[in-house]
Amino acid sequence: MNQFLFGTFPYIALAICIIGSIARYERDPFTWKSSSSQMLRRKQLIVGSVLFHVGVLVIFFGHLVGLLTPIWIFDAIGISHGAKQLLAVVAGGVAGIAALIGGILLFHRRWTDPRIAKNSSFWDNAILLMLIAQLVLGLGTIFVSLGHLDGHEMTKFMSWAQGIFTFNGAAAGYVADVAIIFKLHLVLGLLIIAVFPFTRLVHILSGFAAPFRYLFGRTGYQVVRSRRTEALPKNVGAIPRGRKGPAPASQGASAPDAMPTPAE
Amino acid sequence: MRVRAQIGMVLNLDKCIGCHTCSVTCKNVWTTRDGVEYAWFNNVETKPGTGYPTDWENQAKWNGGWERTKSGKLQPKQGSKWRILSNIFANPDLPEIDDYYEPFDFDHDHLKSAPEMEAFPTARPYSKITGERIEKIEKGPNWEEILGGEFSKRSEDYNFEGIQKEIYGEYENTFMMYLPRLCEHCLNPACAASCPSGAIYKREEDGIVLIDQEKCRGWRMCVSGCPYKKVYYNWESGKSEKCTLCYPRIESGNPTVCSETCVGRIRYLGVMLYDADKIDTAANAPSEQELYDAQLDVFLDPFDPVVVETARADGIPEDWIKAAQESPIWKMAMEWKVAFPLHPEYRTLPMVWYIPPLSPIQNAAEAGKIGMDGMMPKVQDLRIPVRYLANMLTAGDEAPVISALERMMAMRAYMRSKTVEGVIDEAIAARVGLSGRVIEDMYKIMALADYEDRFVIPTTHREQVEEAYDLKGGCGFTDGNGCSTGTSKPSLFGKGKKPLKMPEAM
Repeated sequence: MNQFLFGTFPYIALAICIIGSIARYERDPFTWKSSSSQMLRRKQLIVGSVLFHVGVLVIFFGHLVGLLTPIWIFDAIGISHGAKQLLAVVAGGVAGIAALIGGILLFHRRWTDPRIAKNSSFWDNAILLMLIAQLVLGLGTIFVSLGHLDGHEMTKFMSWAQGIFTFNGAAAGYVADVAIIFKLHLVLGLLIIAVFPFTRLVHILSGFAAPFRYLFGRTGYQVVRSRRTEALPKNVGAIPRGRKGPAPASQGASAPDAMPTPAE
Repeated sequence: MRVRAQIGMVLNLDKCIGCHTCSVTCKNVWTTRDGVEYAWFNNVETKPGTGYPTDWENQAKWNGGWERTKSGKLQPKQGSKWRILSNIFANPDLPEIDDYYEPFDFDHDHLKSAPEMEAFPTARPYSKITGERIEKIEKGPNWEEILGGEFSKRSEDYNFEGIQKEIYGEYENTFMMYLPRLCEHCLNPACAASCPSGAIYKREEDGIVLIDQEKCRGWRMCVSGCPYKKVYYNWESGKSEKCTLCYPRIESGNPTVCSETCVGRIRYLGVMLYDADKIDTAANAPSEQELYDAQLDVFLDPFDPVVVETARADGIPEDWIKAAQESPIWKMAMEWKVAFPLHPEYRTLPMVWYIPPLSPIQNAAEAGKIGMDGMMPKVQDLRIPVRYLANMLTAGDEAPVISALERMMAMRAYMRSKTVEGVIDEAIAARVGLSGRVIEDMYKIMALADYEDRFVIPTTHREQVEEAYDLKGGCGFTDGNGCSTGTSKPSLFGKGKKPLKMPEAM
């Protein structure tokens, strides 16, 4: 059982997440969105959404760096396991509480406001509840962690996570004897990864891409699309300053316009 | 100089009768779907009034459009790219649906299914969002129709800036006009600039601004970015939508639905050539009152041989150049200077222009006392304050609006003299800086407004950029999902469709 949940299931979850996301992006780009409900009701959203998102982002990057940075790097730069554990508890605790307050505000709004409630899908509610449960579990682990601030326990999770990503067949063994609350946290986390492509969570990917596209991918502010099949004979460098680059070379009419693409 | 072509529109407000045919036909074609019941790609507002959505013109409140920073940089008023991104979780400038109105329908079924009752059954309203009964409708798409509501509320109108507005609340001094509004298809669109996904784009060949529904992620920055509030968030699909200038019709040389169906024949469509290199400078003119002239400066004279030569080199088709030379937009905006952009101070360089309306002479009973300026009454004696129109069309600069109104009055006086008295009075024309021949041309285009004079729309040359053979057997338009299922709604990823709950019969 341990081997399945922590040795096999991670790969199943990741595979569903990656393949599902690609499939959805390719097959159903129209459904790829943040599903904002701010237009319908502003109340509670501004505070709730900001707290929730900022908290979750801090936690996400905390987990990413904390779990996937090889242990020897921490050793090399002289961060003791105890210090790292303390940092994780404090930063994670603060961000977790912020995200939890935000999440509860959002869920309360979604559940009680008739405009939002009537227009919420099963997954809109389910994913929010899953995330709130995950935050509660995550915050709950802090109490366990306070019992071993030397960071010894934490290195088990680092070994496990890194084992998964390095295809170490024995990865599941690292977390075989951790407290049950950690196991629940891990399983729920993997479940969230598995349902990712079927929910509005896909907007996370766009959210990560947006700053790069907007700040660096686009010089200036405007976007111009052209149907030209080839660049202009002269003035070639004269694609509008601050506008999106030369006309797509070969795609012609299909890409630059919301026209139906030819049958494949 | 980089020559580009744009389909522009002019609306002759002098002839608008406020019948809403444009709005209704547009709605029937484009926004009868779930999630955009509240959206009117075209709407007609009665002015003075706060409009739809309420108080949309007040950018101190909504932060739409552009601003020139102290350092002379042009950036969206809602903030630079960093600011916009930082508001991605919750957009502080986004209107709520109540700022438009809560979409409603009536319980028509109750009329035929009601049991025997003491009172006659009525069709009561219910919300299209929740399906629940609405006891009192607080707002609708045209809540101020023909000066509906108190003056104190309507006078919040932003265009009263700098006007002693109290006297216009008095019955004797009241005035009104209609303002049909649609997407401006700006040369410097603030919606496109605000979109972090890059889903909103301007088409190079005809200037139409569109939203790529497959790239839109629902960050909703465009809604707050557009100062005209003409980008609408579809709360059902989670994507933004806007006026498409009926591009499938335009591409085939037909006028937009709103223009085609306009019973007052107030709408004109035509090609304008402009210099894409001048846009940045024009939108960034130091003072707001310079913006109107700055935009005129962006347009290129289609009769200038150098412009024509450059246009050809820039790939503008021959019939588009010819259309630009016959463009009614060019004549009204550039030659006669009777049409103006809507709120140039938003720095978007809008491309839907307006001819200001003439209005009855104030105190017509005292007609003897009307200040006559030669043959014509003074523009200042018209019921609609010139400053009001100037606030709307020229960032408060009255001179161009006065000139336009004088020319329109001169056109009437000249044609009246010609047709009633049989006298061709060149002096009337000369007083407003025109000739009789020009006035007769104005009369033909603006007053008679024949179909082929109003709409000079060259077709899009798809044959030059598309392999028609490849399109053979391709997919038609679907609900955003290409060839796969025809509609996204029941798909694994889509949102399940919830039928509206009809209110219980009471």
